[in-house]
Amino acid sequence: MFRAKTNKVLDRMEDPRETLDYSYQTQLELLQKVRRGVADVATSRKRVELQMNQLQQSSDKLDRQARDALSVGREDLARDALTRKSGLQSQLNELNTQYTTLQGEEERLTGASQRLQAKVESFRTKKETIKATYTAAEAQTRINEAFTGISEEMGDVGLAIQRAEDKTEQMRARAGALDELMASGAIDDMVSGPRDDIQLELDRMGASHDVDAELARLKGELSQGSAPREIEASAASSDGAAPGNTAATDGQAASAAPPAGPQAGDGT
Amino acid sequence: MIVRILGEGQLHVDDAAARELNELDAKLEAAVERNDESSFRPVLDELLARVRAIGRPVEPGALEPSELILPGEGATMEDVRKLLAGDGLIPG
Repeated sequence: MFRAKTNKVLDRMEDPRETLDYSYQTQLELLQKVRRGVADVATSRKRVELQMNQLQQSSDKLDRQARDALSVGREDLARDALTRKSGLQSQLNELNTQYTTLQGEEERLTGASQRLQAKVESFRTKKETIKATYTAAEAQTRINEAFTGISEEMGDVGLAIQRAEDKTEQMRARAGALDELMASGAIDDMVSGPRDDIQLELDRMGASHDVDAELARLKGELSQGSAPREIEASAASSDGAAPGNTAATDGQAASAAPPAGPQAGDGT
Repeated sequence: MIVRILGEGQLHVDDAAARELNELDAKLEAAVERNDESSFRPVLDELLARVRAIGRPVEPGALEPSELILPGEGATMEDVRKLLAGDGLIPG
């Protein structure tokens, strides 16, 4: 069906040995190009990965907010959070598709790069052999052989690079648009409203919950009245009651004072 | 013979298998002529799957031209038309 074509370079060949060197240069350039292509695709893939992480964090946050809202009985807020989460989820799904595409391109180009490298190395060896044993009579055939194999590979790699460039270009445009959205805060707005209204509402409810708890604690303390003072007093008297064990002289001096009080009081 | 799947590299395929591949090849060509996307896709997938199944990879360093060049996976009918036009197969 698709019969391979011989390279047109062959028709233009003058000194075959020069053409060998020239072709080898072209091969090395293509090899550089395909390696750059792999790096470009990897960069785009990482960028999409980063965006996915950001969106995932936002999505997790909305999920937490939905739980918090439900735990304080605010189904309306929870519903709001989940609605926004589903919007993010569809963005995430789209990014995931892009990610898979880029991953595929990366693998394909990596493979192409390895195949081309192997062929370029073979070509170099063959080229040196041909040059060393060069006789005009046999050169044409042997050089033809070397060329046809490598030029076909180069054509294929060229197509692969073209294809990967087209794909990454599309992705880059979309990723750029999404980055701009994120930077402008529009995604944040989408996540949780202009001022994160869900969080504000939860915080407000959380704060009033905290105030209630604080009030309850204070009330509890007041209802126990003098209890804390009694504890202090008993602690002080026990200090006085068991002196000598720790610090003999100081303990003795301190313990002398409290009994003196009551005694004096008794006296009056 | 050596067959190249664009984007995947070269494979040795026994000449005995050529008949089977030719049938798929003819179907593919017919689909492209009829501009029939719905039969084009499955036939291309089948053709590539058969070549992969019966082919043995050519070692990467081999400098041998292919006798047949097949479009890669995911190729569109437009891509295949360009290949069939015969001029744009190997760019450059």
